[in-house]
Amino acid sequence: MASFVTRLQDNRNALGLLFLAPTAILLLVFLTYPLGLGTWLGFTDAKIGRPGEWIGLGNFEFLWNDSVTRLALFNTIFYTVVASVIKFGLGLWLALILNQHLPFKAFLRAIVLLPFIVPTALSAIAFWWIYDSQFSIVSWLLQRMGLIHGYIDFLGDPWNARFSTIAANIWRGVPFVAITLLAGLQTISPSYYEAASLDGASPFQQFRYVTLPLLTPIIAVVMTFSVLFTFTDFQLIYVLTRGGPLNATHLMATLSFQRAIPGGSLGEGAAIATAMVPFLLAAILVSYFGLQRRAWQQGGKD
Amino acid sequence: MASVATPVVTDTQGMNYLVSLPRRIVTVWLPLTVFLIVLLFPFYWMVITSFKPNEELLSREGNPFWVHHPTFAHIHKLLFETSYPDWLWNTILVSVVSTFLSIACSVLAAYAIERLRFRGSRYVGMSIFLAYLVPPSILFIPLAAMVYKLHLFDTRLALILTYPTFLIPFCTWLLMGYFKSIPLELEECALIDGANRWQILVRIILPLAVPGLISAGIFAFTLSWNEFIYALTFISSSEVKTVPIGVVTELVEGDVYHWGALMAGALFGSLPVAILYSFFVEYYVSGLTGAVKE
Repeated sequence: MASFVTRLQDNRNALGLLFLAPTAILLLVFLTYPLGLGTWLGFTDAKIGRPGEWIGLGNFEFLWNDSVTRLALFNTIFYTVVASVIKFGLGLWLALILNQHLPFKAFLRAIVLLPFIVPTALSAIAFWWIYDSQFSIVSWLLQRMGLIHGYIDFLGDPWNARFSTIAANIWRGVPFVAITLLAGLQTISPSYYEAASLDGASPFQQFRYVTLPLLTPIIAVVMTFSVLFTFTDFQLIYVLTRGGPLNATHLMATLSFQRAIPGGSLGEGAAIATAMVPFLLAAILVSYFGLQRRAWQQGGKD
Repeated sequence: MASVATPVVTDTQGMNYLVSLPRRIVTVWLPLTVFLIVLLFPFYWMVITSFKPNEELLSREGNPFWVHHPTFAHIHKLLFETSYPDWLWNTILVSVVSTFLSIACSVLAAYAIERLRFRGSRYVGMSIFLAYLVPPSILFIPLAAMVYKLHLFDTRLALILTYPTFLIPFCTWLLMGYFKSIPLELEECALIDGANRWQILVRIILPLAVPGLISAGIFAFTLSWNEFIYALTFISSSEVKTVPIGVVTELVEGDVYHWGALMAGALFGSLPVAILYSFFVEYYVSGLTGAVKE
């Protein structure tokens, strides 16, 4: 027994497997297996409490002709594109501001990140109250300023609801983009800017030809994560609208929940979730090439 | 890469002295103020609403930005007439247990991948990173099927076992970065002195990786505190719900919204993470940026 223990300690392969075992078991059982099971369920007619039978592409054919699913696909892409573009613009702007020489810099950075750390479901409830059709503070303020006459129905009208949920998503996502891009900005040496301004570059040219190229690799990674989070968003929509009005804000994730859990059609829900995978793979590939480029720029191999 | 290895530039002043004050007000202070007001307003609104009596909440007269007659009625209702204390306790229990479980697994895995360099460790490292990119939104349906089958439905154990699926990949990835920054020579010295791998991990690596452990711990704790879709799917009884689920599903009754109690519920559910975060901001930020920068 003693010699077995010593031999184990000398063998890095055996010891490595032993150290890896708890993680491997947890992830294989609760991540890899469900990933496969989910794909399989997408090809069955499983209901809650009843194991399904293989029906091939049946679910996907049904969903392709289902107007609600098509609307959810449109909503998801619209939500992701609009929210991500604005989050990137505002996030980069905020990062550039925070990168200036400011008093209480650490404190400012800390409070800027607050929206990102509190539970989304709970901040969404605050937005629900802010968007209330009768007592919204935004409507109150706009009416006092004389900009609108009646109160705005933020969550009751399809397009209003789309933009309201996007605004809440942006509110939560801008801090993440800003703080991570700020970390990237802080690694750029000021000597580049000094050299550029000695050569007569305007502030915009400095941003365009110094900041942006050096920041591109980290932008690629940050935006991949941002797109990933936005595309698979669930909580915000579930709390604010549950997909309504008239399914105008249903995302793929909320629709798959609605069909699978309250609706009981596990197979159909799983098929919707599976349909999200190609988009996620595309995002991951973008991230991978972003990383490659960063390693290449820093002169590293691999 | 973790922040320890990042060359942070300290000379941020640069040539800012050339920019005049009025210009700075327009380009820096004005937009910064607008950003801060928009980002912080929902929190202010949560606090104000929690203390407003219903007459003030449901009135369009007067100044809505201030409480004229503060009341504790909403907080009293929340704490004594709902299961809120239970939800808070469940959230703490589930978050703490799954965080410790994940950190323990991640330390071993990260050490094995980064330092033992066993055959295939590179591929294991890559697949752990890929696991981090799998969103809960595509896992909850098959996991729900598994949870039913394992008779874990409506138990805290279902959450404790499933949360590590998104905590472990993140923590392992972060800790790998920290372990990489610890000099290999320390380990070689200890090996020559006759220490075994376990002793090296516990006596040398872990004490040096404390900042990384705190980063990973804080991050994992807030992630499990904020988790929504698994708790919504796997839990149905009020007494095992977590705060985000309880507030969303039980405080909304019919058409009459108890805005005061709802906001108080959101406020007390956010405060613990906000307070924890305020003590460990630097660790949290280095965890966040470390995970993205790798």
